[in-house]
Amino acid sequence: MTAPATQRSAWAIGVAAVLAIAAALVALAMLGGRALPERPGPPVETLAVERTLLSPGEITLTLRNTGPDPVQVAQVNVNDSFVDFAGPTEPIERLGTAQLHLNYPWADGQPYLISLLTSTGVVIEHEIPAAVQTPPAGAGLLGLMTLLGTYVGVIPVVLGMLFLPVLRRASRTLVRAVLGLTVGLLAFLAVDAAIEGFELADGSGGAFGGGTLVVLGAGLAFLALAGVDRAVHARTSGAGEATGVRLAVLIAIGIGLHNLGEGLAIGSAYAVGELALGAALVVGFALHNTTEGIAIVAPLARDRPRLLTLLGMGLLAGAPAIVGTIIGASVDNAALAAFLFGVGVGAIGQVILQITPGLRGAAGRALDAPAIGGVAAGIVVMYLTGLFVVA
Amino acid sequence: MTSRRGFLTGTGAAAVALAAVPAHAFGAPTQDASPEGGDHGPHGGQGGGHGGGVDGATFRHGQGIDHKANGFDPSEVLRDFDHGTVSTLPDGRTLREWEVYASDEEIEIAPGVRFAAWTFGSRIPGPTLRCTAGDRLRVRFVNGSAHPHTMHFHGIHPAEMDGVPRLGPGVIEPGGSVVYEFDAEPFGLHLYHCHVGPLAEHIARGMYGTFIIDPPTPRPPAHELVMMMHGYNTTFDGQGNQLYAVNGIPFHYVDNPVRVRRGELVRIYLVNITEYDPINSFHLHGNFFDYYPTGTRLEPSEYTDTIVQGQGQRGICEVRFPHPGRFMFHAHKTEFADLGWMGFFEVTE
Repeated sequence: MTAPATQRSAWAIGVAAVLAIAAALVALAMLGGRALPERPGPPVETLAVERTLLSPGEITLTLRNTGPDPVQVAQVNVNDSFVDFAGPTEPIERLGTAQLHLNYPWADGQPYLISLLTSTGVVIEHEIPAAVQTPPAGAGLLGLMTLLGTYVGVIPVVLGMLFLPVLRRASRTLVRAVLGLTVGLLAFLAVDAAIEGFELADGSGGAFGGGTLVVLGAGLAFLALAGVDRAVHARTSGAGEATGVRLAVLIAIGIGLHNLGEGLAIGSAYAVGELALGAALVVGFALHNTTEGIAIVAPLARDRPRLLTLLGMGLLAGAPAIVGTIIGASVDNAALAAFLFGVGVGAIGQVILQITPGLRGAAGRALDAPAIGGVAAGIVVMYLTGLFVVA
Repeated sequence: MTSRRGFLTGTGAAAVALAAVPAHAFGAPTQDASPEGGDHGPHGGQGGGHGGGVDGATFRHGQGIDHKANGFDPSEVLRDFDHGTVSTLPDGRTLREWEVYASDEEIEIAPGVRFAAWTFGSRIPGPTLRCTAGDRLRVRFVNGSAHPHTMHFHGIHPAEMDGVPRLGPGVIEPGGSVVYEFDAEPFGLHLYHCHVGPLAEHIARGMYGTFIIDPPTPRPPAHELVMMMHGYNTTFDGQGNQLYAVNGIPFHYVDNPVRVRRGELVRIYLVNITEYDPINSFHLHGNFFDYYPTGTRLEPSEYTDTIVQGQGQRGICEVRFPHPGRFMFHAHKTEFADLGWMGFFEVTE
């Protein structure tokens, strides 16, 4: 038998297997479903509030049915007072969404508890900790978010890269220690982002998987970045040694993906009025994210990259924060944010995997004192500078 | 944007159309027999029935309740006094007999919200039973519900006629029946309710009604109304009520004001059976009333515009409206008002 023939028969067997499984599932759904009793008890009604918009005299909720049964919101009360509202009069089907516009004279800064009374008398509550008018989408918001993303993402990263001349003059051991520091920083970021991602996933209602979204994002990003690494590798050299620039680009991409999620969180916090803008925020993030700049240039101690290349790397790492703040302020979707935080985690994981070989000393031992000290210092620095971030 | 007036008229038309469909379909007599029925239009222009935004609490606009499907209309409950079947005993006394049927009903208590109720006479509140002091009363209670129930009357009667578990006939199981027989005393405004455990749930599900014993010499003629204050714990968690009402449907008398004439004597039999909350209250705008606690004395105790009642407390309010127009009445536990216990009197010449 020739090779193509073997391949063809393998395909045929595969298709047949899929068809057989599909037929069995259809039969099971039609026959097996009837053999089982209906679920006892009342319908299970679950709604997640995906977005809350406040405009003068009106509160708009975007709902998603995250439960197994259709849900009909029959009446709505705000702080124990029933309100008139506009919205669909049909039940919301599973995974379906609906917008309710509540006619309610809310006051600035006040807390509100919105109770959705369903057709079966179930009450689904949604809390607004402090009512703040949602910034209207437009050029003004876009500009503000771009500025915010630049402040917390681009500028600190580029500032951190100014440490490159210092690294140039440093000994091999010190460079290894700084690489260790980078690994420490990234490890801290990964854990921090994972925790934040899972927190966001908790608030997303779980229609799209909750915490698994973070894991999904992480897994996909980890694999995608491995692919990027392979592609860059093939293009730059066939030597197999990880060049400094290649590693730096990878770190920049990883940090960039992380900053996308971070920007998203900042943007949505701003949109719901939970973000105190001002010097504290900017300085806090500057301190925190300057370390990210050091991480990028750490592998470049023995290279001579062009200024434009360096700037490109800075943008690669910092600019996604701008994209993130814009998405966060205008979309504000917890499930998407959780997924993007996962992406950041996975990307950083891949980057750590790539840097680790560079930590080895001349003796070839896995980790020596400078590298271990560097990693530990990185974690501590991130923890301490993180305390300055008020958001 | 639709004007308020146009919107309201549209709502009224929709409600009438809704009521008309089953009437034609089944050849049944036309609905809206009540004085308020069918007229949902904006009376008095500004400040019409509907709220919304700063105008106050309201259900979602543009939707009504199918009173016909519910089997009762609060506008009718208001003036529906059941005097029973009257006959004379050999000793010359008056005998009054009723048959009260308990059943499980699904009631639309707010537009689009269905409540699994346990009822007397398939309505909330149950029928208003009315008699005169000294009458012999015979209440045949038939339990058509899937749950055990009793009828416990407030008033003076022998222990075995108290309608509580383990005394006399005790708990009446589903399909069972019993005759409660006792003398009507003392005169005043009373109530009845189921007394089977868990007691709070049996009451919260809707098993209560008003029980009036008129004094031997009748009170002065008046436009008489019965108002039973209660709540609905739609989540059945026993932690409080999601909705409050008088006579079954929250906000009903906002859209269907209670019509009275200027200067006539209006007598309100006001009873509080609200479960889970310690008190309920009644406040009338722009007018004052004489208050007769429990209705057991013929002299008022108070001249006021607000009274407070604990669960099971009741009293008679007598008022003459000197001015025409619309006057709000609601719980002056304003949270209850915003959750449905709110209505209007409409005073006409």
